[in-house]
Amino acid sequence: MKTTSRLLRRPAAVVAVAWLVLLTVATACAPLIAAHGPLDQDLSHVLALPSASHPLGTDSLGRDLLSRLLYGGQPALLAVAEALVAHLVVGVTLGLVAGYLGGWADTLITRVGDLLFALPAIIIVLVVLSVFPGNLHAAMITFGVLGSPGLIRVLRSRTLGIRQEMYVAAARVCGLSDAQILLRHVLPRLTSTVIVQAALFSAVAVIIQAGLGFLGLGAQPPAPSWGGLVADASQVIDRDPWMLVPAGVPLVLTVVALSMLGDAIRDSAVESWSVSKLATASAPPPVAKEHAEAPVPGALLSVRDLTVEIDGVPVVQGVSFDVMPGETLGVVGESGCGKSVTALGVLGLVPGNGRVTGGRVVFAGTDLTASPTELARVRGSGIAYVSQDPMVALDPTFTVLSQLREAVRRHSGANREQARERVLELLAMVGVPDPEGVAGRYPHQLSGGLAQRVLIALALAGRPKLLIADEPTTALDVSVQKEILTLLHTLQRRTGIAVLIVTHDWGVVATLCHRSLVMYAGQVVEQADVESMFVRPLHPYTAGLLAANPHRAAHGHALTTIPGTVPSPREWPVGCRFAARCPYAGDDCRAAPVALTGPAPARLTRCLHVEELVSEGARL
Amino acid sequence: MTPRPLLQVTELTVEYGQRHAPTLRAADGVSFDVRPGETVGLVGESGSGKSTVARAVLGLTPVTSGRIRFDGADITHANRKTRRALSARLQMVFQDPYSSLNPARTIGQTLAEPLLVHSGERGKPVGERVAAMLERVGLPAKAAERYPSQFSGGQRQRVAIARALMTSAELVVCDEPVSALDLSIQAQTLNLLSDLQRELSLSYLFIAHDLPVVRYLSHRVVVLYRGRVMETGPVDLVYERPAHPYTRALLAAVPDPDPRIRTGRHDEPATPRGASQPTATGCPFAPRCAHVVEICRRERPGLLPVDGVPGGASAACHRAAELTPTGNGTVARAVAVGRPGNAHMEET
Amino acid sequence: MGALRLVIRRLLASMPLLFLTSALTFVLVSLVPGDPARTIAGQHSTAEQYRLIRGQLGLDQPLPVQYWNWLTQVFRGDLGSSLFSGEAVTSILQNRLPVSLSLILASTVVSGLAGVALGLLSARRGGVLMKIVDGLALFGLAAPPFWLALLVIEVFAVTLRWFPVTGYVPLEEDPGGWAGSLVLPVVSIALGAVAIIAKQTRDSVLDTMNRDFIRVMQANGFSPRSILYRHILRNAALPIVTVLGVLMVSLLGAVVFVETVFAMPGVASLTQQATVQHDIPVIQGAVLYITVFVIVVNLVVDLAYVRLDPRVRTS
Ligand SMILES: Nc1ncnc2c1ncn2[C@@H]1O[C@H](COP(=O)(O)OP(=O)(O)OP(=O)(O)O)[C@@H](O)[C@H]1O
Ligand code: SF4
Ligand code: SF4
Ligand SMILES: [Mg+2]
Repeated sequence: MKTTSRLLRRPAAVVAVAWLVLLTVATACAPLIAAHGPLDQDLSHVLALPSASHPLGTDSLGRDLLSRLLYGGQPALLAVAEALVAHLVVGVTLGLVAGYLGGWADTLITRVGDLLFALPAIIIVLVVLSVFPGNLHAAMITFGVLGSPGLIRVLRSRTLGIRQEMYVAAARVCGLSDAQILLRHVLPRLTSTVIVQAALFSAVAVIIQAGLGFLGLGAQPPAPSWGGLVADASQVIDRDPWMLVPAGVPLVLTVVALSMLGDAIRDSAVESWSVSKLATASAPPPVAKEHAEAPVPGALLSVRDLTVEIDGVPVVQGVSFDVMPGETLGVVGESGCGKSVTALGVLGLVPGNGRVTGGRVVFAGTDLTASPTELARVRGSGIAYVSQDPMVALDPTFTVLSQLREAVRRHSGANREQARERVLELLAMVGVPDPEGVAGRYPHQLSGGLAQRVLIALALAGRPKLLIADEPTTALDVSVQKEILTLLHTLQRRTGIAVLIVTHDWGVVATLCHRSLVMYAGQVVEQADVESMFVRPLHPYTAGLLAANPHRAAHGHALTTIPGTVPSPREWPVGCRFAARCPYAGDDCRAAPVALTGPAPARLTRCLHVEELVSEGARL
Repeated sequence: MTPRPLLQVTELTVEYGQRHAPTLRAADGVSFDVRPGETVGLVGESGSGKSTVARAVLGLTPVTSGRIRFDGADITHANRKTRRALSARLQMVFQDPYSSLNPARTIGQTLAEPLLVHSGERGKPVGERVAAMLERVGLPAKAAERYPSQFSGGQRQRVAIARALMTSAELVVCDEPVSALDLSIQAQTLNLLSDLQRELSLSYLFIAHDLPVVRYLSHRVVVLYRGRVMETGPVDLVYERPAHPYTRALLAAVPDPDPRIRTGRHDEPATPRGASQPTATGCPFAPRCAHVVEICRRERPGLLPVDGVPGGASAACHRAAELTPTGNGTVARAVAVGRPGNAHMEET
Repeated sequence: MGALRLVIRRLLASMPLLFLTSALTFVLVSLVPGDPARTIAGQHSTAEQYRLIRGQLGLDQPLPVQYWNWLTQVFRGDLGSSLFSGEAVTSILQNRLPVSLSLILASTVVSGLAGVALGLLSARRGGVLMKIVDGLALFGLAAPPFWLALLVIEVFAVTLRWFPVTGYVPLEEDPGGWAGSLVLPVVSIALGAVAIIAKQTRDSVLDTMNRDFIRVMQANGFSPRSILYRHILRNAALPIVTVLGVLMVSLLGAVVFVETVFAMPGVASLTQQATVQHDIPVIQGAVLYITVFVIVVNLVVDLAYVRLDPRVRTS
C-alpha cells in the first residue's frame, strides 16, 4: 500500500516500528532469549548490576531482570490488546453510526459518550478490580470501553465532516447506496484516524496496565509483570537505584514508539494524496533590468522594484507603481498573480514565512523599507488596510466598541471617553445605521455588510492618507457590494483619502478606479488610466481578461477565453510569463525576460508585440 | 408550441428544523419548469434558497410540500431505488471544485463511479469511456491516474462536469459551477457547458449569484428572494425590463465594466438592510423596497404575468405594472416569444 | 444573569452523571463475591449473628431498595461507615480530601502557568525551543507517573535531599512544610501535563496568529504587545481551557499512583486501598466525591467558556 511505503520512508516511524516488533518478538520468544527463568532465584547475586550472565542485572531475590521483563511482557501486551479491541469495537461502531446516521442515534450516542467521558476512568477500573480481584482482563476491557468516548467524538466529527463533503453528495447523486458510500468514501478516509487513535490509546493502555501491576492489582507476585518490576524497584530504591532503569525505560520507550508511530501515520496518510512537494526551489527566473526611476514628485506612495519571497521562492518580482494623493488605483489579475502579496508587502507584512527581499516603499517622502520604526508608525496612521472577508477580519472575542476604541487610542492618545465619542463618530461616518447599538455588539452579531463597514471604520481610526483594500467586496452579495463601493466613493470625496484596491472584478475597477495595474505571474504587465485600458488594452493578457468578462458577451456566442492557466511561481519561464497562453507569442518572447515599456504617454506594458495587438484589436 | 417540460417544480416548499430557533422556510412555494435543451437560471442573494431548490430536485434534502416531476413522473419523495435509476438522467455539478472530488481517489475512480450503478448500459470498457469523456471536457486521458490535488480549480471543475456526463444525463443541475473560478477559467468553463449543451441537447438548471454569467448562459431566469419567486421570465426580457423592484435593485447593483458609465443605469436607491423583518402576510421585499405602499405590508402579491403576453415575464409585486420601465418594449417582446438566440446587446 | 442560568442548567444536566456513577458502582459492588456481613461478623459467628448484621447493613433487601436506601442516606449526608475501621465514611473522606485537592489544584496551576508560558515562548521563538517542547511532551506523556515519582525521589530526595521522601504536611500545620511536601508529587504529576498544555498553547497561538483579524490589526498599527497578550492569547485560550479541564479529570489517574508512592493520605489512594480491602461503603463514598469533583471541574470550564467566548454568552 502506498501509505505504508511512505510511512517506512520516515526514520521516526522505522525506529518506532522496529522497537515494537523487537519487543513483541522478544516477548513471544522469551524462553529462547532469557538464560534464566523469571522465578529462578540466585541469592548469591542479589541486586546485581548488569553483567554477562544477567544483562540487565538482578532484583532483591537475585532473579534475572531481563527474564522478568520479557515474561512480564506477555500479560502486558495481551492486556493492552484486550483494551484496544474493546476500545476500537465500541468506539468505531458508535462513532460511525453517530456521524453517518445523525438524528436520534447521534443524540443518544453523544449524550452517553459525554457521560462516560466525564467518568474518571481509573477510579471505575479500581471499582471493577475490587469486584473481580486480580482480574486484569475485566479491568482492561473496562478501561477500553471507558476510553472510547474520545474515539467516538473524533470519528463522529470526522464522519460528519466527510458526510457533508460535496463528493459524498455527488456520490449520492450518482446513485451510490449507503453501503457503497461508506465503503468507498467514508471508511478509507477514517482508517488513518483510527490507526492514529489506536496507537495513542495503546500508549495510554501500556501505562495503565503497568500502573495496575504497580499497585499490586494485576498479576500476583511472584509472577513477573512490568508494573511489578517498578514496585520491586521502589522497595530497593535506597540500595539499588539502577533497578529503576530496566523497570521503567522499556515502558517509556514503548509508549514513545507508539506515539511517534501515531504521528508518523497521520502525516504520511495525508501526504499520500496531497501534492508532493517539489524537491528544491529552482533558481528564481531572471527579470529584465529596468531602471527603477526615482519616485514621482508629489506621489503619496511610491513602490519601486518590490520583490517578495515566500519559502525562498519569489512570488512578486520587481513591482513598481505610484499612488497620488486622493487617487484610486486598482490592482487587477487572476488568483495567485501576487495582488495580495503586493498589497501586504507595502505594509511589510507578508503571509506565511515570506519576506520582502528587495525594492523600496516610499510613503509621503519616507522610505519605509529602510526604517522599521517608520513602518510601524505609518501602519494605521498613514496607510490602513481592509481585508477580503469581513466576517473573519474582526476579533470575535471583543465588542466593536472595544476594538475600535483600541485603534483610536493607539493613534490619538485620547482618553476612554473621548475615544468612545470618536468611535461613534467613525461608525456614523461609514453609514452604520445605529452606531450606539452596533458598538455594543460582537462581530458574530453583524451581517457581512455591517462587518465590512465596521472594518472600514477601524481602518479610518488613525486618519490614514491611503487605504489598501484587498478585495473588499468579493465575499459580499451584489447589493451589499454596491453599498460598500458607494461608501468608499463617498469617503474618498469627503476625506480625500487615496485608495489602493485589489480586485478581480472589472466592474469594480470601472466604477471606482482612476488608474489600474494589471498583474500577471508576480509582475506588473500593464498600467494605464482606466478609460484607456478599457478602450484600448495594450497587453494581450489585459485584452483577454476584458474579453472573458461575460458582462460583455452575447448569449449564444462563445466567450473569448485565454487558454491554459496561470503558472505557479515555481513554473515561471525565463521569457515572457504569458507566452504559453498568448496568441501573439513568438520566439522572441520566449527568449529573454520582457521589460516594461511605455508605448504611449502615461501607459506601460510588458509586451513585445503591442503593435500587432493594437492593429488586430478585434482578434481578442 | 412548448415541448413538455423535463423538470416541473410546483409550489415547492422546504423547511429546515433548527435546534434553538423556529423552523426556517428556505424555499416557499417555488414553481418553475425546465424544458428539454433549455437552461433556466436561478438567481438571488446568498440565503435566498437557490441551493435548497437544487438539493430538493436531486433528493438531497427532504421536501416539506409541493411537487417535483421529472419527465412527467413524480419524484418528490422518490425512494432510493427510483433515485438510483434516475441518477443516469439527472445529474449535478457542485460549486466548490475542491470539495466535490474525493481527494483520496484518482480521477479515474471518481469518473467510473456513476457506471457502477448503471452497469447495465455498459458498452465500451470503463477505462475507454473515462478516457473519452476526459478528452471531451478538454483534459488528457492520462489524467485518470492522478489525484485531484494535482489539478487546478478549473481542471477539477472539468472533471466534475465529466462525472455528471458519464451516464446519459438529460438534466444537469449546476450549483454555482463557476463562482470559485478565475475570470479566464470561468470563461473556458462556460464555453464548455454551452458546447456540451448543444452537442448533447442537455438541459441545465443553472444557479449563480453572478447576474451577467446567468444572462450569458440562460434562456429563462427565476429570481428568488427569501425562498420565494419574485420574478421569472425570458432572460433578456427580465434583464432589459425588470418588473420587480428587487430584480431592479439586483441588476442596478452589478458594477458595470464600462468606465464611461460610472453611475448605474437603473438607479434603484439601495436601502441598507434595516433590522425590520417583513410581515408574515405581506410582500417579503417590503422592508427594503423603495416603492412600498400600504397594501404591500398587508397582502402578499401573487406571481402574475406582467403584461399579459404568453411566454412573457411574471412578477410578484403589487405595483409591477405601473413600475415596469416602458423601454424598447417591442424588441423585448419579440425576444420573449421566440427562443432567445443570438440576441442583441445594446451596450457592447 | 446568563451565568447563573448556565450554572443551574449545568448542575441539573450533571445529575444523570451522579446517578450513573453511583448506580454503576452499586451494581458492580453487588457482584462482589465476598460478603461484607460475613467479613464483619468474622469467621466464627453464628448464623443468627450473621443474619443480624446482614439486616443492619440492609443486605437482605433487594438491590433497588438497597440503592434507594443508600441514596436517601446520602441526601441526609450519611455515607455509612467503613467496614474495617467503623469510622464514618464522610469523616474519612473529609480528612483526606485536602490532600488530593492540594495535589490536583497545585498540579493544574503549575501545568497551566508553566505550560502556557512555555507554549507561548515556543510559538514566538520556534526552532529549538519548539523541538524541546515536542520532546518534553513525548517524554512527559510516556513516563508513567509512578515511575517518574520514583525517579524524582531518587534524584531530589534520596541523593540531593532537597525535599522529603514521602509524606504530607497539612497546610494549617506548617505552610512551608506543606509546600515542600507537595513539590515532588506535583512534579511527577504535572510534567506530562505541562507538556500537553505547552503543545496545545503553541498550536492554538500559531493558529490564531495566522487568522485574518490579526493581520488586519498588524496592518492597522495595533501595538504588538496588545496583539499578542490581548487578542491572540484570548482567542487561543478556548482550546487551552478545554484541554485543561479534561486534564484535571485525567490527572486523577496519576494522583492515585503518586499518592501511593509518596504515602500521602488522599482520596485516590484511599480508593485504591478500599479496593484491595473490599471496603464497599468507602469505595462508594469516594466515587461520589470524585464524581462531584468532576462535575465542578466541568462547570468551571463551562463558566470559563462563557467568560471567554461571546458567542456562547450571547446565544
Ligand atoms: N501564506 C502563503 N504561503 C505560501 N505561499 C503563499 C502564501 N500566500 C500566498 N502565497 C503564494 O504567493 C503567490 C501570490 O499570491 P497572492 O495571494 O498575492 O495572489 P492574489 O493575486 O492576491 O490571488 P487571489 O486573487 O487568489 O487573492 C501565489 O503563488 C501564492 O500561492
Ligand atoms: S511579449 Fe510576446 S508572449 Fe508576451 S504578451 Fe507580448 S506577445 Fe504575448
Ligand atoms: S409588492 Fe410592494 S413592497 Fe413588494 S416589491 Fe412590490 S412595491 Fe415593493
Ligand atoms: Mg488575494
